[in-house]
Amino acid sequence: MNGKTGTGRRLKNHLMTFLVILAAVACLVPLVDIVGIVVAKGLRAMTWPILTSVSTGVAGGLANAISGTVLLVALALAMAVPLGVLGALFLSEFGSKRMAWVLRQGIDILNGVPTIVIGYFGYVTMVVWLGWGFSLLAGSIALTLVMLPYIVRSAEIAMNRVPQTWREASLALGATHATTSFRIVLRGAVPGIVTGLIIAVGRAMGETAPLIYTAGWSNYMPTGSLTHSPVGYLTYVVWTFIEEPFASAHTLAYGAALFLILMVLAFNIAGRLLIGRRGL
Amino acid sequence: MRRPHTVRRENLIRVTSGLCAASGLFSLVAVLGVMFVFAWPSILFNGWHFLWGIPWSTGNLYGTALVTHNGVQAPQGAQYGMLVFLAGTLLTSLIALVVAVPVSLSVAVFLTEVAPPRLSGVAGALVELLAGVPSVVFGLWGVEVVAPLLRRGPEHFLVRTLGFIPWFAGPVGTGVGLLSAGLVLAVMIIPIIAAISRDVLARVPRDLKEQGLALGITRWELVRFILLPHAKSGIVAAVVLGLGRAMGETMAVLMVSGSAVNILPRNIYSPVGTMAANIVSLLDSAMSDSTGMAVHALAELSLALFVITLVVNLLVPVVTRGVSLITGTLPGWGGRAVER
Repeated sequence: MNGKTGTGRRLKNHLMTFLVILAAVACLVPLVDIVGIVVAKGLRAMTWPILTSVSTGVAGGLANAISGTVLLVALALAMAVPLGVLGALFLSEFGSKRMAWVLRQGIDILNGVPTIVIGYFGYVTMVVWLGWGFSLLAGSIALTLVMLPYIVRSAEIAMNRVPQTWREASLALGATHATTSFRIVLRGAVPGIVTGLIIAVGRAMGETAPLIYTAGWSNYMPTGSLTHSPVGYLTYVVWTFIEEPFASAHTLAYGAALFLILMVLAFNIAGRLLIGRRGL
Repeated sequence: MRRPHTVRRENLIRVTSGLCAASGLFSLVAVLGVMFVFAWPSILFNGWHFLWGIPWSTGNLYGTALVTHNGVQAPQGAQYGMLVFLAGTLLTSLIALVVAVPVSLSVAVFLTEVAPPRLSGVAGALVELLAGVPSVVFGLWGVEVVAPLLRRGPEHFLVRTLGFIPWFAGPVGTGVGLLSAGLVLAVMIIPIIAAISRDVLARVPRDLKEQGLALGITRWELVRFILLPHAKSGIVAAVVLGLGRAMGETMAVLMVSGSAVNILPRNIYSPVGTMAANIVSLLDSAMSDSTGMAVHALAELSLALFVITLVVNLLVPVVTRGVSLITGTLPGWGGRAVER
């Protein structure tokens, strides 16, 4: 025993450390490349006329797609927030341990369902059976199913982090279980819930598969009617226009991709700042 | 003292919030039930053949001749088998795992053990940012960068060096196919596997590490003999979660896989079609089948995809013994565990 690390072991340690650093750097290459190429080619598309005019076939602008995405996500959010937050309140405050476990599994598994299956489900039920056609409502309900698991689970985590002593203090003052849940737990969990929402919105904006056969596609601005009127959205532009042989279509595809990346970036940073400040 | 209306209000809230919490489970059952019912004509028409049949054909949509099988009508020549798509899904996911698992574990080890805390925070944020990139953007990158790049050189290099292994022999194609789909999928699941593995590694008890270091082991030995074995079940769960994501991924694969129908891949450069991607690419033409059989067959394909991912996802609670990992897939949440 000479107290020194053997040369072979030290060499192996250095080699493996080098490989690990190499892998971490290699992992950044796609990220830099993706962002680089989308920014470089997408910036050209970011002109005022493109942002304000609607698409005409494979040319024109993105106004219809941008407003469609915003509408779809906003409507989905309006449905998913009450469902998700109340659901989380049940899992965290009202449900028995076993009941909460079972329901939680359901939500976790729903999170793993491929989004195209949710899209096809929406097509079969809402577009065909209910006869809504490709529409805003069908698209946003499909998006709701995609967002729900994120919202429920992040809200539940936020509620679990509300100190137990707050609940006890509230109950000791004579508040009911329901009052405590709403006025103390829910209020205390708001920063965490908002962070979860921001991330869920970021994810929903980038979704395509649930929308293809529920929202459809339209070259016109959303009409505002819930059913029987297809809606355009940004991810559709990226997916279909890049396959077209026209330069104008490629410009729009990159413009839409840049818009999506900027959105995701903005939502990600906003969520991160909230986490940092509130210490969720 | 509790007044009756307080009790009533309490019960109302309990039931309402319970229903909201059950919406996840309810949606699952609804999806499963509706897809099964809608797929039923296809199940009757195609029978077990659906599971291992290669041809996927709507039959002659322009003729008037119909065939009837098990009491269900379809255009003449219609036959549906999912083997090509099943193979596409499994093979692209396999390639993705082979590439992604070592890289993700390295990234996780880098973030927890190698990088100084400040760098680790920034790099971790970048990994999570990668997880948030929309899948169509990955597809765009795949079509515009990965496939042309593979076509120009690396595919020929693989044929020359590894060509003696059957699956690596030529001919090479257009760059769009199994290999590019697998690589794009790998890039997509690396952030998921890396973020969860990082959290699991960061949760290994500190005294365990200190005991090891006190014995004079190197950092690599610490990782190899203490951290990885201790974090094994969490890492396996992360990999399973990544696998589920890869198998269900639609848009990126659709854009770079070549959407093959009716032909099994011959080598890793062949065009493939996966279950998820072909549900999208085939539905447009399926709508023109007046008997509706093509749409029913796609419902059976989605049902099969659902069941496969369901089985994979059910493995997660088994390997983690009930610890939910959904938070690992939420960007921003995992980051907290790194603070040492």
